[in-house]
Amino acid sequence: MKEDVIICRCEDITYGEIVEAVRGGLTTTEEIKRILRCGMGPCQGRTCSRLIARIISQETGVPVAEVRFPVVRPPTRPVEIGVMAAGGPPDGNPSGGEYDED
Amino acid sequence: MKTSADCVIIGGGVVGTAVAYYLAKRGMTDCVIVEADYLSSGATGRCGGGIRQQWSTEANTRLAIESVKLFAGLEEELGADIEFLQGGYLVLAYTEEDERQFEKNVALQRVLGLDVQILSPADINEKVVPELNVDGVRMATYCAQDASANPFLTTQAYADAARRLGVTIELFTPVTKILTEGGRIAGVETTRGRISAPIVVNAAGSHSVPIAATAGIDLPIKPYRREILVTEPLERFFHPMIISFSFGIYFRQVKHGAVIGGYGDPAEPPGFNQTSSLKFLRTMSWKLSRLMPRLNTVKVVRQWAGLYDITPDAQPILGELDELPGFFQANGFSGHGFMICPKVAVLLAQAITGEEPDMDIERLSARRFADGRITQDRSVV
Ligand code: FES
Repeated sequence: MKEDVIICRCEDITYGEIVEAVRGGLTTTEEIKRILRCGMGPCQGRTCSRLIARIISQETGVPVAEVRFPVVRPPTRPVEIGVMAAGGPPDGNPSGGEYDED
Repeated sequence: MKTSADCVIIGGGVVGTAVAYYLAKRGMTDCVIVEADYLSSGATGRCGGGIRQQWSTEANTRLAIESVKLFAGLEEELGADIEFLQGGYLVLAYTEEDERQFEKNVALQRVLGLDVQILSPADINEKVVPELNVDGVRMATYCAQDASANPFLTTQAYADAARRLGVTIELFTPVTKILTEGGRIAGVETTRGRISAPIVVNAAGSHSVPIAATAGIDLPIKPYRREILVTEPLERFFHPMIISFSFGIYFRQVKHGAVIGGYGDPAEPPGFNQTSSLKFLRTMSWKLSRLMPRLNTVKVVRQWAGLYDITPDAQPILGELDELPGFFQANGFSGHGFMICPKVAVLLAQAITGEEPDMDIERLSARRFADGRITQDRSVV
């Protein structure tokens, strides 16, 4: 069944789920990423973004070239915390000072 | 697009969508949300999703307690999964000053009915987070009913529920001007046309400032970049949000398994910059590796930044402006908008529909800056 075809392999999201999201009003890859998580996996959407853009285009009639792609966020490749942590904080100050969580 | 409505709400974040929902629930269904981009594209969708009740002033603690009550019933009320989890908040004290302040906080919080425990470093490992490195930690406070939720799903759930009640949502529609007439609000002008309305709610986060400025109003809010990162998913190994004011960190494990967290850089200048920095990635990695050594071999998959809309007392600006009747503010949340949103949105909806708000919102009115009635909460920024 076409519906069950996995489009986002990292997050296990199917064609059917994406079509449903687009029909529900999510018309950019950014919005679909935030609700379904496709594009948030280890490959950061390198595998699935294009396919999702194609589904959006097919459902909305907007040309693929005009479908908005997700912003590519750093790091370029997943990087180990231990590797980044080596050498301590760059400014040598263990306290980052103020905090907040929202 | 509609050309008139009973109420226009600027901003499709958690605050804007929640205000629309609670207004519609009270019968004011002719509302339009105008969002410059897509839902939760601003501060809401960039935040850590923590919901804390441990505050140092009575007013904030009460607001947070009431918000948790609303959050706890939200999945049923809105008919959607928002990943609400009462995993608790563990607040670490590293200094004597922290310790003294936390003891005061806990005394107040307990009077208000919050179940907060004071934990020794050994207790922390035994009772709450076995793997936390407690070197240098003097004590901690822990409230098991503190919580977290998914900000995207919460906003989407409010938006869908509001739509079902008749609210219209216009995405990709930036507001270009606030319209006034005879000293009153008259509506908004957007890139796609005008919408006239007797009530306009400004819930656009940091962008509320330039928007209000188009009507000559100067809101005392400054935008500050705050960075955050997320790791690959791991099997759950701790439940609470872990935070420290003095060490400067917050982090939690989300439902999907990833660890998400950040800290605020006190040297950050105000501005609309939302780029990510290597300095943040390195400092945050160092902090995480120190507190949770197991994370050393875990990979960061993504980092991003968002804007805190900070007021002089780090409290939101809520309610109608004296200088422009009909123009309501719901902004300046200073980094804790998501967690207090449900109750704040109810209070604002009550004020707009002429109901008596069931908590005092006068202390959050813009008047406080002119009158100099400002109290600082020690548990923020
Ligand atoms: S395939 Fe979708 S994020 Fe990797």
